[in-house]
Amino acid sequence: MKAIGIILAGGNSKRMKELSRKRAISAMPIGGAYRCIDFALSNMSNSHIQTVAVLTQYNSRSLNEHLSSSKWWNFGRKQGGLYLFTPTVTAENSDWYRGTADAIYQNLDFLKRRHEPYVVITSGDCVYKLDFNKLLDYHIEKKADITVVCKDMMPNTDVGRYGVVRMNEDARIVEFEEKPLLAQSNTISTGIYVIRRRLLIELLEKSAEESRYDLVNDILIRYRNVKKIYGYKMTTYWSNVADIDDYFRTNMDFLRPEVRDYFFRQEPRVYSKVDDLPPAKFNVGSDVSNSLVASGCIVNGKVQNSVLFKQAFVGKNCVIKNSIILNDVYIGDNCYIENCIVESRGTLKPNTYYCGEDEIKIVSEKNDRYLF
Amino acid sequence: MIKKEMIAMLLAGGQGSRLGVLTADVAKPAVAFGGKYRIIDFPLSNCINSGIDTVGVLTQYQPLRLNSHIGIGIPWDLDRNNGGVTVLPPYEKSNNSEWYTGTANAIYQNLRYMESYNPEYVLILSGDHIYKMDYEVMLDFHKENNADVTIATMPVPMEEASRFGIVIADSNKQITAFEEKPEKPRSNLASMGIYIFSWQVLKDALIAMKDEQSCDFGKHIIPYCFDNKKRLFAYEFNGYWKDVGTLGSYWEANMELIDLIPEFNLYEEYWKIYTKSDTIEPLYVASEGHCERSIIGDGTENYGYVQNSVIGSNVKIGRGAVIRDSIIMRDVVIGDNCTIDKSIIAENSQVGNGAVLGVGEEAPNVLNESVYSFGLVTIGEDSVIPDNVKIGKNTAITGVTVQEDYPDGMLASGGVIIKAGDRK
Repeated sequence: MKAIGIILAGGNSKRMKELSRKRAISAMPIGGAYRCIDFALSNMSNSHIQTVAVLTQYNSRSLNEHLSSSKWWNFGRKQGGLYLFTPTVTAENSDWYRGTADAIYQNLDFLKRRHEPYVVITSGDCVYKLDFNKLLDYHIEKKADITVVCKDMMPNTDVGRYGVVRMNEDARIVEFEEKPLLAQSNTISTGIYVIRRRLLIELLEKSAEESRYDLVNDILIRYRNVKKIYGYKMTTYWSNVADIDDYFRTNMDFLRPEVRDYFFRQEPRVYSKVDDLPPAKFNVGSDVSNSLVASGCIVNGKVQNSVLFKQAFVGKNCVIKNSIILNDVYIGDNCYIENCIVESRGTLKPNTYYCGEDEIKIVSEKNDRYLF
Repeated sequence: MIKKEMIAMLLAGGQGSRLGVLTADVAKPAVAFGGKYRIIDFPLSNCINSGIDTVGVLTQYQPLRLNSHIGIGIPWDLDRNNGGVTVLPPYEKSNNSEWYTGTANAIYQNLRYMESYNPEYVLILSGDHIYKMDYEVMLDFHKENNADVTIATMPVPMEEASRFGIVIADSNKQITAFEEKPEKPRSNLASMGIYIFSWQVLKDALIAMKDEQSCDFGKHIIPYCFDNKKRLFAYEFNGYWKDVGTLGSYWEANMELIDLIPEFNLYEEYWKIYTKSDTIEPLYVASEGHCERSIIGDGTENYGYVQNSVIGSNVKIGRGAVIRDSIIMRDVVIGDNCTIDKSIIAENSQVGNGAVLGVGEEAPNVLNESVYSFGLVTIGEDSVIPDNVKIGKNTAITGVTVQEDYPDGMLASGGVIIKAGDRK
């Protein structure tokens, strides 16, 4: 294989509010049965990238649990494997990862010991499918130093929280601005890069010497006129889970038949940890419409335009509208939930009422499950 | 030298001919059950949950589906450096090559497999029952009684006892007599076909009886041990145990899973049942869809009305379709505006738009009255049902059928269409 993979999964975002207390964004549940990082991992695996490092830092318990075995994504072979790198104290260094570049720099030995010529870097908080082999071919064909996967956003999207790029006719990136106040274009960087392994090592070492720690600002933007940085346009579904609205919308996208068809039916498949849960069960009184229901769920009430993740229990006479119920949530009888995200492992007492009025409400209730 | 205290031998070679077209192309243990499982998942999960990590699966009849399902045993954690699951088909020997001619003969032909694990006890299981059982508790019972053979039994209603192999035990649970389907049963302990043998006793008996025609555990080995004054004990099991040998009992056992709190509960954290899950995505119920009193597998898309049914993974149910009291296995496509009542539709079949299944009055089946009864419509795997046909009760269909196979667009109750060789 020509490349190794690095997945940046350390991220956390204040804009994810309470949901980020428990886990890194990469571990956020997506589409009823997946975690965010499954998409990056499956893309790596399906592109035959056999050696993948996952860099984590922020509250990685949930992520570690999900990655407890690498076999679900077809890693764990004699050649290659899945490596999990969290910051460690060493003789030279006892810092946390001070940025994305620093995170990779602190694991430079991993890069140095491999022999593959290229590195594919991606973040763990995006929902997409991409054949990295095509990306590599493009990178080689363009004789690029770095290739950045870009996407044209819809004209009215607020691109102010992305890296915004402008390309010339040859697709070379001529401008790159991180989180611009006034965006010059609606083409954004998806946070997926290809770079030669030796060049990456060289750039990381130079940046570290200068106490620069960020991959985007200190490498991509700083070197944009010195190195040949090209853009590779992706036109298929891509969504970045960075705030509550994005997270909610991304999950709701799975209620659309074309999105389900793209991720669930079309090859290559997206893999995830297998939980050995029984099939979903619908009892008398259940009335489900336009909703996704994952395995292990038991439904006794009304569910509308919602996503029920694994092992959700919906009590009698409940009404759940336009909401996301995360894994292993127990909802007692006669509850009303609308425009909400119910945090995983929550237990709602009977007759609970929650309704997100102007924005999506996050419900995180811990009650004793077997008392009532 | 490898040493395992107890290994399991799972008999999975039977056809299960009473399941009719369902087992035309697969062995009975590989038949789907409960939405996402196959029958063999239950004994295999019981093994690993009981701490048995060495299982030989004896296959013979149509083993492809079983082989690919079991693989190297990953779903049951039976992929082991030592032991794990091994599929044991009949094999050619330098002289006297033969098929497995009976349950004990099959085990006899695999003496060397068992010997290689140097076991103290061997557990004999069959791959056609639905139950959760801790074999370790049964082994403890076996050891406590210093038994040579322990037979798992369960109490059945006295009036039904004459349908079973009955064991009669004394107050210490030592077996004093056997009765095969007795007219006037003296006990209600029915043998479940699950045995623990002390290894040496099993080995001696198998070798002594090796020339017996179609050597069978119930008919030959157990009587042999009994006649030779071995210590036989009856272990009493008091849980859910269901033989799914007939279409009626198979249908019933599936339907029991739908109960509000089923006797056989798949939703308990304790004693999980494992299976090969190649579909993981959630199921989708459309705005016009409805499901009630049903269990539905992953990845299914329901645009129709589903009631009292067990639906497998990756099924597609069309708009306006009504499915009641039915079992639909994985990868089936149900067309728009179908009405399906009390039917079993096996894997990867296709039902055309507007088809109506399970209409009219019951009539005896023309091919095999005892197999195709219970008022069921049974459709074998990879079958195709054309648009707008009507199908009566006690019917069986397998293969790719076309309009011409249905005179006046109808297969009357009791009818059969078998188009062998035609697969979708």
